[in-house]
Amino acid sequence: MVVPPERALVVSSPLARQKRRTAWLFLAPVLLTLAGIAGWPLARTIWFSLTDARLDALDSFDFVGLENYQFLLTDPDWWVAVRNTLVFAGISVTLETLLGIIIALVLNARMRGRGMLRAAMLIPWAIPTVVSAQMWGWMLHDQYGVINEILVWLGLIAEPVAWTAGHGTALAAVIAVDVWKTTPFLALLTLAALQLVPEELHEAAEIDGLGPVGRFFRITLPLIWPALMVAIIFRTLDALRVFDLMYVLTGNSRATASMSVYARQQLVDFQDVGYGSAAATGLFLVIALVTALFITFGRVRLGAEPGR
Amino acid sequence: MKRLAGRAAFFLLVLAIVAYTVFPFYWAVVSSLKGGSALFSVEAWPSAPEWSNYVAVFQEQPFGRNILNSVFVAGSVVALSLFLGVTAAFALGRVRFRGRATLLLVILGVSMFPQVAVLSGLFELIRALGLYNNLFGLTLSYLIFTLPFTVWVLTTYMRELPVELEEAAVMDGASPFVVLTRIFLPLMGPAVVTTGLLAFIAAWNEFLFALTFTLTDEMRTVPVAIALISGSSSFELPWGRIMAASVIVTVPLIALVLVFQRRIVSGLTAGAVKG
Repeated sequence: MVVPPERALVVSSPLARQKRRTAWLFLAPVLLTLAGIAGWPLARTIWFSLTDARLDALDSFDFVGLENYQFLLTDPDWWVAVRNTLVFAGISVTLETLLGIIIALVLNARMRGRGMLRAAMLIPWAIPTVVSAQMWGWMLHDQYGVINEILVWLGLIAEPVAWTAGHGTALAAVIAVDVWKTTPFLALLTLAALQLVPEELHEAAEIDGLGPVGRFFRITLPLIWPALMVAIIFRTLDALRVFDLMYVLTGNSRATASMSVYARQQLVDFQDVGYGSAAATGLFLVIALVTALFITFGRVRLGAEPGR
Repeated sequence: MKRLAGRAAFFLLVLAIVAYTVFPFYWAVVSSLKGGSALFSVEAWPSAPEWSNYVAVFQEQPFGRNILNSVFVAGSVVALSLFLGVTAAFALGRVRFRGRATLLLVILGVSMFPQVAVLSGLFELIRALGLYNNLFGLTLSYLIFTLPFTVWVLTTYMRELPVELEEAAVMDGASPFVVLTRIFLPLMGPAVVTTGLLAFIAAWNEFLFALTFTLTDEMRTVPVAIALISGSSSFELPWGRIMAASVIVTVPLIALVLVFQRRIVSGLTAGAVKG
């Protein structure tokens, strides 16, 4: 990618200075909006987490220090939510990446109807999460679900399974729905990266006697790795804050509750703004930690200038 | 022979992928067309398709109002984020100043933090502004997630426009505002459509804020309405109606996606891969 020749603009002429002033003027609305609706509420949430505020009386509360965090660290339900979230994010992102790569490789092959196939891939991505949760909730229904019907017919299970209610299967069901919904996203991003891999490299490797598998691991994968890594980071951060899927598919059930579900339940259902804010801040810290780990070990340069 | 087997296997794989991605939606359509007890029998196509579920969706709850709510919220979010996004992208993409890279990172950071983390602070803010159970409250809160990526994607596009155009206009004495609206904006058409579309879909699908910041059925947006559909007893959900509602809100989205699929893919990649 070519970086626009900005050299001409660097010279600090009066014109350039005027331009910089205009730039800040143009930026001000966005920065003020974001400060107002993101920065300020985040600061308030962190502040609330140190108080005993209640939702029905948000203007009168007392400072309680780290008490909420002490409760949080000793609440087994919180740790179940942490475990659920990490298991969900880990497994679903891994499956989505693997499936996404396979689908992208298929889509990258020259064939008739590729455009149609790519369009079909966008359908799960565009369907609202709530709707996909409901659709799968119906397909996974314990008595009338089509999935039970098919599995019984195939002889894979003896009798219908209560997928979304069962202890071991509920989280698996949630993961399955998420994999269905977001694999297309990873597949399309991988496909975009694949199409930038020069054809000549493959031809050269083929002449050197490298098989298709070898070509993939020695040539394709290293070349698409940076793009793939960015997509994986986005997906992981998204998966860590998951809320809709669990809430719609299994309610506030402890077996699947994510950290977001837990925090919202405390905040809204139990009206405990102080404690709920502490849980929300906890989730914020977990996500910040994961981002830092990714950037350190994934060797990604987020925000790097394009083409540099 | 071996080649033929390979082709057949590949074809099967393609078929499996299509079935996997399309079947759940197909099943929702089939289920929505079954009335009464037909819903509880598994068949590939209803033997007596009927529209009763679609009628019931609009009769049993203010679903028409919910759709209008969603259209209004998503539409206003798109308009606001495009206006703010284009001006900010002009500054970030065309002007060199100190702190630009940091600003871009901060804006990206906003899009990464969890919605729950701002929930209590935003709740307080929205109540203080008198916007609780009000669609404007949703418009305002949705900017949290649409604004960062609108700015981010539009900036990457803005950077790639040739500098000569801008120089010629500046020579002629055009102000930055004129350069932006008269020269860049017409060229940005595709990018604006793409980001607008992505913002629309994101706002249309949002659930957590809509669930928390609205109270009455009349103020619900579509996702909340669908999530909260309940039947006469708490044990049996009216699945036919839920599927009908799901199909109603999904069909326009699928139509949009099919029409604009190239643009959407390029927008997604500009947002993530080039980032």
